Amino acid sequence: MDLLGYGAFFLTTALIFSLVTLGLNLQWGLTGLFNVGLAGFVAIGAYTSALLTTPDDAARLGGFGLPILIGWLGAMIVGGVAAALTGIATLRLKSDYLAITTFGVAVIVQLVALNAQKLTGGPFGIGFIPRPFGSLAETPLLFNLSNLAVVSAVTLIAYLALEHLSRSPWGRVLKALREDERAAISLGKSARFYRVQAFAVGGAIMALAGALQAHFTGFIAPDNYLPILTFQVWVMLIVGGSGSNLGAVVGSILVWAIWVGSGTLTSVLFPPEQQARAASLQIVAIGVMLCIILLLRPNGLFGDRPLHVRFGKQAKVVAGESSPGS
Amino acid sequence: MSLQFVVDGLLAGSMIGLGAIGVTLTYSILRFSNFAHGDFMAWGTYATLAVVGAIGAMFGKIAPIAPLSFGWPLIVALILGVALTGLLALLLDFVLFARLRAKGQAIIVVMASFGASMALRSLLEFVFTSRPTYFSRAIQIAMPVGFGIRITPDQIALLLLTSVLVLGVHLLMTRTQTGRSMQALSQNAALARIVGIDVASVVRFTWIIGGALACIAGVMIGILIQIRPFMGFDMLLPMFAAAILGGIGSVPGAVLGGLIIGLAEAGAVQLIGAEWRAAVSFIILMAVLFVRPIGLFGVRER
Repeated sequence: MDLLGYGAFFLTTALIFSLVTLGLNLQWGLTGLFNVGLAGFVAIGAYTSALLTTPDDAARLGGFGLPILIGWLGAMIVGGVAAALTGIATLRLKSDYLAITTFGVAVIVQLVALNAQKLTGGPFGIGFIPRPFGSLAETPLLFNLSNLAVVSAVTLIAYLALEHLSRSPWGRVLKALREDERAAISLGKSARFYRVQAFAVGGAIMALAGALQAHFTGFIAPDNYLPILTFQVWVMLIVGGSGSNLGAVVGSILVWAIWVGSGTLTSVLFPPEQQARAASLQIVAIGVMLCIILLLRPNGLFGDRPLHVRFGKQAKVVAGESSPGS
Repeated sequence: MSLQFVVDGLLAGSMIGLGAIGVTLTYSILRFSNFAHGDFMAWGTYATLAVVGAIGAMFGKIAPIAPLSFGWPLIVALILGVALTGLLALLLDFVLFARLRAKGQAIIVVMASFGASMALRSLLEFVFTSRPTYFSRAIQIAMPVGFGIRITPDQIALLLLTSVLVLGVHLLMTRTQTGRSMQALSQNAALARIVGIDVASVVRFTWIIGGALACIAGVMIGILIQIRPFMGFDMLLPMFAAAILGGIGSVPGAVLGGLIIGLAEAGAVQLIGAEWRAAVSFIILMAVLFVRPIGLFGVRER
């Protein structure tokens, strides 16, 4: 029974990661927009929803006590607007500027979360965030399972919506822009307009994931949104294969399992005073893993991305490989 | 408002500027923004610290040079640290960046540099723990120099070192064959190849210069503030902002951008408070991107 409860807890966290990864897949996998500050957008969502739904708190702004669904909606709107602004500022420039700016967004969000006590509660964060099934908290198993159900439902909806979007004319324009910008523009598609849209929708999904996480744990603090989060999600997407929504979900669950597993392993292998150091070794291992996958199998498990292999060339390679065997 | 912020700003600007030279050269010659550059800084500093420790173990305690807080061991260690950081940059290029560059997708290289940055930094945390350390715990007395400004001997020495380095890099870029090859490669890679410039050696040279300056900037931070595994990562945003403000590819631009950001940060610390320091680079970065994305001395891409 404990194992089942833990399994549900694990899957809930993994699926929340999946949601972030799905957002990143729309930005990077489908549109080719590089976001190294996604932790910032997740944090924006978490804080927005927390501000809207927590009971009134004299020490800081708000606590508006609104329903949880309003909080989620607000998170998506604020996250989407923040992403759209970032996109408008940088998407007419070279892709590296977007990377640097998103990196800056994450730094700024972290700074505001730490220092704007009136808004975010400072380093101690925000507590008493209402949980969707708070009344069930006395029976952990039921509580975990109901959380899992909610998170699965949201992830499934996002997955289906994104699958639909990527097959729609809109998604085809994004793919066209990613593969051959000049050709797409010559067909009369405004590159910047579509990219800002994709970036904003991706940001909104990340913010929603942040809000889900906040309501699932009931407590948020600036430490939850460090660059390591950005890094984990990137590894999840690359392992799963950028461009594939299924890959994003599977990659997230897989990498989260590896992460949790290696965390358990280090806590067994190392004495308590060495734990912090061992944890940094865990990050080294994941970083090296990312680089190796980029070098050896840039398409990940399910990726659709033909990395600079044009169609004709690909056909030739296949022909070359099959002829000696036959 | 006291004028002390001028000295603080010039010092912070020196560190940012020296780092930004590496960022801007990597961007203009190798065409990617290197998120691991900050970690070259931290690695260089820890390498220097390790050499200082080794010298201390071999020769016993050595008195610092008269008014400064450090003696010859740090100078020797810095030279070794510079060499080691250059090697680290070359090694990383050899095992990772060069291979990805050959595949032709610039943005994948950026992502790899992000992964490498995370791994390098955590490795430092593993070896040296995340507790801050110092080259020297001695406290220097700051001398008043008028207008309410105080400055320590260390600070004067490091400002002089920065000026010499910047002048040196500028002469290197404009007066030597290697420097001219670097400029040629950054302006038009295909044409540079056609006239017979040895691209591989220019790339190697770029990494060595970038790594060396990053190490020196890191050691400056170590002498004046403290040494932490995150010291380089925290410099990343100011360095990128300085490189973009100065105009990508321009060495004087990177230094000037660094000084402007350093002064703005120091001013903001006095006016608003130290906790918002990191916001300054972001605001300047956004302003540049909206108003003049090519920066002060940048050239429009052809």
